[in-house]
Formats: sequence, C-alpha cells, structure tokens
Amino acid sequence: MTHTHISWRLGVIGAVAVVAALAARQQPSTPASQAPASQTPSQPQQPSEVELVISGDPGSPPRYAVPDFITASPDAAESAKTVSEVLWADLAFEREFYLIPRDTYSTVPAARSPEQIPFQAWRELGADAVVFGSVQKSGTNVTAQVRLFNVRTRQSVFSKEYTGTNPRLIAHTAADEIHQQQRALKGVARTKLAFSSDRNRESLAGPVKNRDVKEIYISDYDGANQRRITTTRDLNITPVWSPDARAIAYTSYRKIVPDIFVSLVYQGILQNPTKGQGSNFLPVFSPDGKQMAFMSNRDGNPEIYVMNVDGSNVRRITNNPAGDATPTWSPSGTQLAFTSDRSGTPQIYIVSTDGSNLRRLTTSESYADRPTWSPAPRNEIAFAARSGPGFDIKVYDLAGGQTRQLTFGEGTNESPAYSPNGRHIAFTTTRYGRVQVATMTWDGRDVKQVTRDGNNWTPSWSN
Amino acid sequence: MKRSLVIVLGLVLLVIASGCAKKRAAAPAPAPAPPPTAAAPPVRSAPPAPPTRVEESLPVPPQPLSEDNVANRSLEDLNRDSPLKPAFFLLDSADLDDTGRAIVTTNADILKKYSSWQITIEGHCDERGTAEYNLALGERRAVAVRAYLVGLGISPDRLRTVSYGKEFPFDPGHTEDSWSKNRRAHFVITSK
Repeated sequence: MTHTHISWRLGVIGAVAVVAALAARQQPSTPASQAPASQTPSQPQQPSEVELVISGDPGSPPRYAVPDFITASPDAAESAKTVSEVLWADLAFEREFYLIPRDTYSTVPAARSPEQIPFQAWRELGADAVVFGSVQKSGTNVTAQVRLFNVRTRQSVFSKEYTGTNPRLIAHTAADEIHQQQRALKGVARTKLAFSSDRNRESLAGPVKNRDVKEIYISDYDGANQRRITTTRDLNITPVWSPDARAIAYTSYRKIVPDIFVSLVYQGILQNPTKGQGSNFLPVFSPDGKQMAFMSNRDGNPEIYVMNVDGSNVRRITNNPAGDATPTWSPSGTQLAFTSDRSGTPQIYIVSTDGSNLRRLTTSESYADRPTWSPAPRNEIAFAARSGPGFDIKVYDLAGGQTRQLTFGEGTNESPAYSPNGRHIAFTTTRYGRVQVATMTWDGRDVKQVTRDGNNWTPSWSN
Repeated sequence: MKRSLVIVLGLVLLVIASGCAKKRAAAPAPAPAPPPTAAAPPVRSAPPAPPTRVEESLPVPPQPLSEDNVANRSLEDLNRDSPLKPAFFLLDSADLDDTGRAIVTTNADILKKYSSWQITIEGHCDERGTAEYNLALGERRAVAVRAYLVGLGISPDRLRTVSYGKEFPFDPGHTEDSWSKNRRAHFVITSK
C-alpha cells in the first residue's frame, strides 16, 4: 500500500513537472506568465487536474510500448535489456493493456532523455502509452528510473526510481505498481510458484527397481529463477505456499511414511507439525495462515483434518468409510472443499470447518479432484475432471451453479491453482510431452509453459 | 523314471554336499601344502564337478533347500524376488477381488511361517487418476489388504501401509497392460 502511495505521489509530481515543461516548450510564443497563470486559481494543484489513467481507443485496451531502457553506463546494457523485456511481459500478462510487440519499434527513433521521446512516432505506431526508462549499474546494484507517458497528452503519469541487485525484480515491482496505479489491479509479477520435479534425475534404490526422486522447487511466476527447496533425495510432493509467501508445506516420504513438513524458505527452518501421527498428506494453509487442512489415515482411512500450524488442536472434519482427500479452504476460512469417492467415484464436496453443512458440488462428472477455491471476490472452484483418456481443468461457479471448461484435451491437464488475484490458473499439462507446469488466464486463454526441465507437478501460486 | 532320477540326483547331491562339508571342515590341515593357485585347477577339471555348480544347475531344487533360501536370503534379495506376491486392483477400485484375496491369503500363509517378518504394504495406482486423489486411493488399497491380512490372523503390529499414489509406477507405459501392473498393493519386507 505504501509503495503504491509513494509512486502515485511521485507520478503526480512528475506529471506536474512535465506539464509545466511541455507548456513551456510547446507554446514558446505564449508569455511565460501564462503557464503559472493556469495554476493561479487559488486552490493548489489537485491530482484530478492531471488525468493519471491512460485510456485506449473506445472499446479497446490501452496500447503500451516498452522500448529498450537507456543505459547510463556500458555495463548496464544487459540489465537494461532485462528490465525492459520483463516489464513488457509483466504488463502484457494481466491483459489489461495491449503490449505493442517490441520488434516493431525500429521505426521509432530512440530517445536519450524524456524530452526526446518521439511522441508523434509512437502515436503513428498506435501507442497510447510509452515507458521511458534508464538503467545504471554501480557494483552489483542496479538503479532503474521508470516513467510512463501518455502519448496523446505527452504527460508523465508515473515516475519512480528502483534500486536492487535483481533487474527482473525491479521490472516486476514497476509492473505491479503500474497495474495498481492504472487499473487499481493487484498484479502477480512478484508472485512465485512452487511445484515438485524429478529434474535432477536422481533415484533411490527401491525394493523392485530404482524410483525417481522428487524435490520441491520454486520459481518466479514467469518461470524464471527456478530454485530447489528440498534436498532429501526422496519423494517430496504437493507443495503449497503459506499466505505470507514465506513458508511452503508439503508431503514428504523422508521417513518412509508420508508426513507433512513446512519449510520456512527464507530462514532455512524446517518444521514437522504432524510428527508422524499416521500417514499425512496434501497440506493446505487456511487463508489467515494459522491453520492447515490435510488428509490423514491416522484413524484407519483417508479423512480430512484441520490443525493449528504448530500441529496442535487436530480436529477431524470428515467421517466416512470412503476416501476423503485434497482439501482447499474457502476465502473466508469457514468452509472446506474436498474430494470424496463416497458416491462411488471421486467427486467434489463442500463442508463447513465444524463438519456441518456437507453438500456435493459436482454431479455431472465421472471423476473430479483437486478442488481449488478461488480468491475473493471471484466465487468459484477450479478442479480436474476426467475427460476422455485424461483430465481437463474445469471451473464451478458457486453463485450460478454453472461449470465451464478451460482446457480441451490437449494432453492431460490436472492440479489447478489460482493466482492470488484470481485472474490466472497454474496447472500441470502433458501437452508439451512430459508433465509440465503452465499458466493460463481464468477463462483458459494464453497458456504459457513455466517449466521445461524433467517432469513437474502440482503447482501452488504464492500471494 | 523321472522321479527316480531326481531321487538319485538328490542322493548324489547329498553325498557331494556332505563330502564338501567334510572337506571344508578338514580344510585347515592340508591348506598350507598346496600353493594358493592350486585351488583353481580342481574347479576347471572335468571329473570332480564342483558342488556349488551342481546345486545351481538343478532344474528343480529340492523343497527343503529352497525354504532355507528364503530364510537365509538378505532383505534386499527377498524384496527383489519376493515370495509375497502383489495384489492387483481394478481401475479406481480399492476392493480386493477373488484373485486378489487368493494372493493375499497365500501371503498370509508365508507371513505365518516367517512370523518375525515385518512388512510394509505399498498402495500404488495407475496414471489415469489424478496425482492428489491417487494418494487416497493408494492408501485405501493398502488399508484393504492390511485389513484382509489382519482378518487372516496376521498381527496388525507387523503391517504398515504407505500410499505412493501414482508416484512410482512399476511399468512406465501408457497401455492397459502397464496400468494393470501399476494398480497394486505391493509387499515389502522391512525386517525379518
């Protein structure tokens, strides 16, 4: 919130400065006194006097251009390229803007300063907004100046300086702040994915044959910066982020019997809340981060349980001789959706966290699993539904009771996970050959491959 | 005819085995005399067949010897070619059918004979279920087998269940032939 506030104010200051500069430059014949004259009406300059939001043509999204950032020093060239490319991709990701392809900018002369921005040439290319940025390096530190101009009014509507060691993070931060300022939208450019992978091609000696090791990995939302979190050379699966995006809970077979572990990834702390009470699988944090729902066989059959994150106050939610699995929390934390085959096939059910108000959700699927409750205000549950030889991702709209399908038989598609703003879904797909994590929009468009190495499963999307 | 041959072979084997045992027992005395290389030639020379080779080349080893093998084999060897056979399941099912019950009954007899064995029953699934729900299905398969074994008189303290879902397929193929091999309760001897 504070970041947004600061950038908004900086944007206004930048806008005021540029308006003054433009007024002075564009109307050289006008007496200098007239520029301040427009501000003389006794009340001070209000934000409303500068239109901060850049619009497109009626009925179409604003068209943005993000040319290469200029470099203050030769060693900043690579960082400048990274920042501009990543910013372009981040701004395109939410589909709020149309991003003009970067390979069409060659007709537009490069500007070395904001005063040189060739607005007329950008207008001819159809741009409504253009980003002007500069990057300089000092040691490992990268400092980037990011400004956003309205091409029609030539006003600066956003201006901010970022310093850090990771040019991608600078671009992600700028993209989130531009989305916030221009569309009041919480972007996902700084979010991360967690998933399991066999990419190390390690195996453990099994009783029959060698079995592939799976470890937990994280990456940026766009697949960059893939990092390994577990190193147990065992089976580590079904990772989920904590709401504060600082911990990952997962199912691990490091003690042979599957159990729930929590890695505080930035502190290097490992917790084991379930402490080997039976087999425990499929942990998922409550929206307030204080509780975890999970599946356990501790009473002899797979059932859904809830506990505090420290492992205390374990409560059994389901009680049925069938298998109950794959819990997910409602955004308010008062209900759980889960999968049960009590009807004979796996179907999705909803129950209050006190065990009351059980009801079946899916009635026309032959097999449905991995319910994932959307964040508010979207009120829907994504799941994997058997469809022909494999699975496809579908979404159940809780308000309307309608189901819509997002994937259509391109490989098998499983394990949907919502982005924190509810506008995207990560999932696993075999459409690229092996099992890979991909993302798509909430309505099934823009499928983007996130992982490429080995097989990758069960994504979770951080806040 | 065939039977008498087996008996004769068995007798020959016993004679050779006892001879061998005697030789080994007596070995310390003559050992210093021949140089170390002297041990090799008798193995290669045709007339006195080495006893170990005869044992291995027997097409049907006598029953008592095979039982000793089970008792003496290492855990690793036992699990690689286990006397406990896997029980297989139908798609999406955790119910033991007649064939599955017969296999588990045979396994129960073996577990009664080797009453010190502790086993883990692994529940496995084919790739046609989801990764998440298969963890529950594998659990239910393992639990169904465990309950059946307990019903046959095996102490529950000797039986542990672990569901692997579809994480560790036995056959990586994508045909019914492969899938049918992957829908199983697999028995692993963890101590004996």
